[in-house]
Amino acid sequence: MIASCLLALLSYWHKNPLQLFAYLSGVALATALWSGVQAINLEAKVSYKAAAETLGEGQYDLIQPKQDRTISTADYVSLRKAGWLVSPVVDGYLNNIRLVGMDPLTLPSSFLFANANITNSIGGSNIFETLFANESTAKNLVKNVKVVVDQNVAPGMAVGDISLVQRLLKKDKITYLIVHPEQPLGQKDLEIVAPHLSIKNIQQMTDISKLTDSFHLNLSAFGLLSFAVGLFIVHSTIGLAFEQRRAMMRSMRSMGVSLSTLIIIVTIEMIILAIIGAIIGIVLGYLIAGFLLPDVAATLRGLYGANISGNLQLRPDWWLSGLIIALLGTALAMSSQIWQITKLPILASAKPRAWMLVTTSHFTLQMKGAILLLTLGGICAILFDGLIAGFALLGALLVAAAASLPALLAWSLRKLQKYARTPLWGWFWADTRQQLPGLSLALMALLLAVSANIGVSTMVSSFRLTFISFLDQRLAPELFLQVSNKDQSTDLNTFLSERGIEILPLMSNETVISKQPVELFGIKVGNTYRDNWRFLDATENPWETLQDGNATIVNEQFARRTNLWVGDPVNIASNLTLPIAAIVGDYGNPKGQVIINDELFINLFPKSYPARFGIRTDNPAKLQSEIINQIGIDNDSIIDQKSLKAFSLEIFERTFLVTSALNILTLGVASFAILMSLLTLADRRIPQLSPVWALGLTRSQIGKLELLRAVLLALFVVGFSVPTGLVLAWVLLNVINVKAFGWQLPMFFFPMEYLKLGFFALFASFLAATWPSLKLIRTPPSDLLKVFASER
Amino acid sequence: MNVRIVILLVFLPYNLLAQSFSGLGSTAEGFAVPAPNTNFDFPLDHGPHNNYRIEWWYLTANLSGEDQTPYGIQWTLFRTARSPNEENGWLSNQIWFAHAAITTPNEHFTTERFARGGIGQAGVNAEPFEAWIDEWKLVGKNFDELSLNAAGPNFGYDMSLEAEGPLVFHGDKGYSVKSSEGQASYYYSQPFFKMKGTLTLPEGDINVEGNAWLDREWSSQPLSENQLGWDWFSLSLDNGAKLMGFQLRQTDGLNFSSSSWIEPDGSLTSYGNNEFVAEPVKESNVYDKKIPTEWRLKLKDQNLDVIVKALNPNSWMNLSIPYWEGPVAVSGSHSGLGYLEMTGY
Repeated sequence: MIASCLLALLSYWHKNPLQLFAYLSGVALATALWSGVQAINLEAKVSYKAAAETLGEGQYDLIQPKQDRTISTADYVSLRKAGWLVSPVVDGYLNNIRLVGMDPLTLPSSFLFANANITNSIGGSNIFETLFANESTAKNLVKNVKVVVDQNVAPGMAVGDISLVQRLLKKDKITYLIVHPEQPLGQKDLEIVAPHLSIKNIQQMTDISKLTDSFHLNLSAFGLLSFAVGLFIVHSTIGLAFEQRRAMMRSMRSMGVSLSTLIIIVTIEMIILAIIGAIIGIVLGYLIAGFLLPDVAATLRGLYGANISGNLQLRPDWWLSGLIIALLGTALAMSSQIWQITKLPILASAKPRAWMLVTTSHFTLQMKGAILLLTLGGICAILFDGLIAGFALLGALLVAAAASLPALLAWSLRKLQKYARTPLWGWFWADTRQQLPGLSLALMALLLAVSANIGVSTMVSSFRLTFISFLDQRLAPELFLQVSNKDQSTDLNTFLSERGIEILPLMSNETVISKQPVELFGIKVGNTYRDNWRFLDATENPWETLQDGNATIVNEQFARRTNLWVGDPVNIASNLTLPIAAIVGDYGNPKGQVIINDELFINLFPKSYPARFGIRTDNPAKLQSEIINQIGIDNDSIIDQKSLKAFSLEIFERTFLVTSALNILTLGVASFAILMSLLTLADRRIPQLSPVWALGLTRSQIGKLELLRAVLLALFVVGFSVPTGLVLAWVLLNVINVKAFGWQLPMFFFPMEYLKLGFFALFASFLAATWPSLKLIRTPPSDLLKVFASER
Repeated sequence: MNVRIVILLVFLPYNLLAQSFSGLGSTAEGFAVPAPNTNFDFPLDHGPHNNYRIEWWYLTANLSGEDQTPYGIQWTLFRTARSPNEENGWLSNQIWFAHAAITTPNEHFTTERFARGGIGQAGVNAEPFEAWIDEWKLVGKNFDELSLNAAGPNFGYDMSLEAEGPLVFHGDKGYSVKSSEGQASYYYSQPFFKMKGTLTLPEGDINVEGNAWLDREWSSQPLSENQLGWDWFSLSLDNGAKLMGFQLRQTDGLNFSSSSWIEPDGSLTSYGNNEFVAEPVKESNVYDKKIPTEWRLKLKDQNLDVIVKALNPNSWMNLSIPYWEGPVAVSGSHSGLGYLEMTGY
């Protein structure tokens, strides 16, 4: 019996292929972007993990040489002989591949190279003469070395024994030493054994996966948004399918199918369809992820220096999560319908239009719900700190806007109907209002997509403007260069001072201040700083107080993370506490920065000297070649302002390329939702339109009115989207950005951009409505007449 | 699998690796091979023999504290060569590793170190004698007066040693046969060390003194393919005599045994296969393994019939290559103290 009942139910889809398509594509679209984004996030996480396992990042203290010093093999041996359990690492680049040389004998066992799955590959060969790399890296490695492919090696890297890597890199020094977490008793002080080396604690290192968390959360938010939009489609098609099959279900019940059997059959049917849709969605998601991954990889490398694999792998973690979320979404969408089946009176007549005629009181309820949700979101954002609370506010805002849309539309349509001059327009508005329940979900989806677009593009464009002016401030010097030793530093200083060229020497050291890993800078205050730097907040004459050694200037990231602001004291070192004179915006930098004057810096780090310089000159090209020739600085250590700006902007553009691609995708999904709603409604429109046709309107007039209706509704939605989108942008700039990246951005408006977007949305709705309207225009009069004959 | 274990599996000295031998082959692949009738050349032979594949400096000691609590310590330095040719610096083909342990009646502390030769992180000089890896050292102006130290994260020791007797040479004047197929090693010992010093344990420092036994052995051939593991005993009897005995367990259920009876003056009687008999009496559950921690040993020619019992049955060396090694007490026809090493369980 179950089989025949299932067949009966499934026959509905056979008769309504368009609805089947709408349902499947709804599930597929909901799943696609979600699983695509998850695939990207997972790929990145796998890469971070591989990097952590390959390099031990963030797990071990490191010993590094102090400025200008190196670690020799003798240093390593002295440390071992003094009871320091350390392991040497040689690190360098060969043909753009990072070669990491390690000593498998002393490496802590959590390292990949100590644990590599090489039992089979080692055979009779020698791991001391073999490089390990993943497949894509292995292809680009030097040819005269034996390479073993190991997918667990981080992308862009090859690991091998220290003897081999030293030979390949033509280096005899050690780059750094890994400190074992467990050290033996009776170990001697590092300062006594190797005074030229210093230990860097885990706390001083920035954890890549933590840094990039916010980036991935942003991607997830987009995935979720698209999932919600897809779910609107699923919900509306499921609703329609249930409604239209009420009669069938009632008949089945009358024929003796028990309620529980019916529910089971319906559930099986929906799950089968959902799985098919989800599989299509996962395939689409894979394609989307493959398309976006190279840009995401470029962004992560540019912004955070994190190397992620450019190859996408089909991992069960993400496709399973896609499948599960699709099933959950379907379950959610059908739960109310199942509940209605349980209430279905067997003997009552079928009311196929009941679903359409949701009363306005329903809308009012939604409106109240929206206000409640908004209040809750606001409270959540005020009470809780952090990115999740920010996103909760954002979500509440979007859902509330969507939920209140039908009520606002109904209200406006009533007003318009009241002021309609002719019976035709009176009918037009009334009929539009009558269609609202069927269209509201699609319109809500459009609202979400358009407001998200306005919000995100406002944020991106505001960021862009701010970032460009920030680059102009920060990159005022025409040349930037880095010296490699103290002699070069002194020579350069003399060389430039003799020519009266303004220089901005920079000393820096990574340290921990107020429990935050920061870069501490020692600078000599000059006119360039005074003229170019703009502060978010400052006391009077911040540069003078800084130059006098009475204050510090910090970047916004540091200030926000430590909850300090202008005037608050910062404990820079045990014997140095200075008040903050100014906060400087520092966009695109994940790290905290603290700036003090050069004398204080030298007091803290007596052996340091300026290794980085900004140089003011009218003829950068000429000066660049003079410096290269006379000081002996190599070409790679000098970069001119133009190239640096171009480089920074490129990173920026690539970052937001991903965002805009996701934007277009969500808008596409929303347009599709409108198309599907209109198409599924089109069939049901005939009984409603036949009387109008009988009263004298031609089919073509009716078709045009249908088209006009779609565009007018879209126009209303776009109109409502602009304020919603702007509020969204405000939240993104002032809440999400601050929490995610540690910087607040000024908000700019871009009316032309919104106009363009609105036009695009209108055009999309117009396109979506064209097909259903054409269908109406081509409906044979006989069909319209049949309505009266069959008295439906 | 850990790279270190891979390296060890391929290159390791045989006494630790009985269970991992199959398939390693029995050829010496270009290394020198021990031969009978060798004249040792001291102090040179206290140093490394790089043309042999495997070599060790193996020190065990039975000690007691001021309150007569018994303790045992182990300090072992192994050398294994990847190939017979020698290179300098990081390219060196010599791999060194070391184990250190302290056994108390209730606890067993262990730790290990690894190093590559050629860079100075580990090595041995014959005279003045110095064997070291990292900060661990066995060092002295000659082989008779030495100081010893080692430390792990939660224990350490600092000892001085003085030899009160001559070196003794096992087997045929130091040529010690290890299987009926003829695999052999060079093997001599200094079993007459008096030792004293300080143990550092989590509960504090403890002054101890007692006897130590140092084994020197080198070879190039792994064990025979049918050998599963071995049980090795070094006993210092209360009458001043010493006994070194080992048996290699074979897949066919038989054993290959060898032993040396050492008189208090250092004169040695060597016994071939099956003279020395060791039978397990009682097993203990150690790290989910059944380990015989009580043995009955017999050496008929010396009227020896004793029970050897572990001071601490949990003396499991839970290191890259795990095995059992710890102090024992001797009772029966003779009484005394000693050390027991068991591999391949």
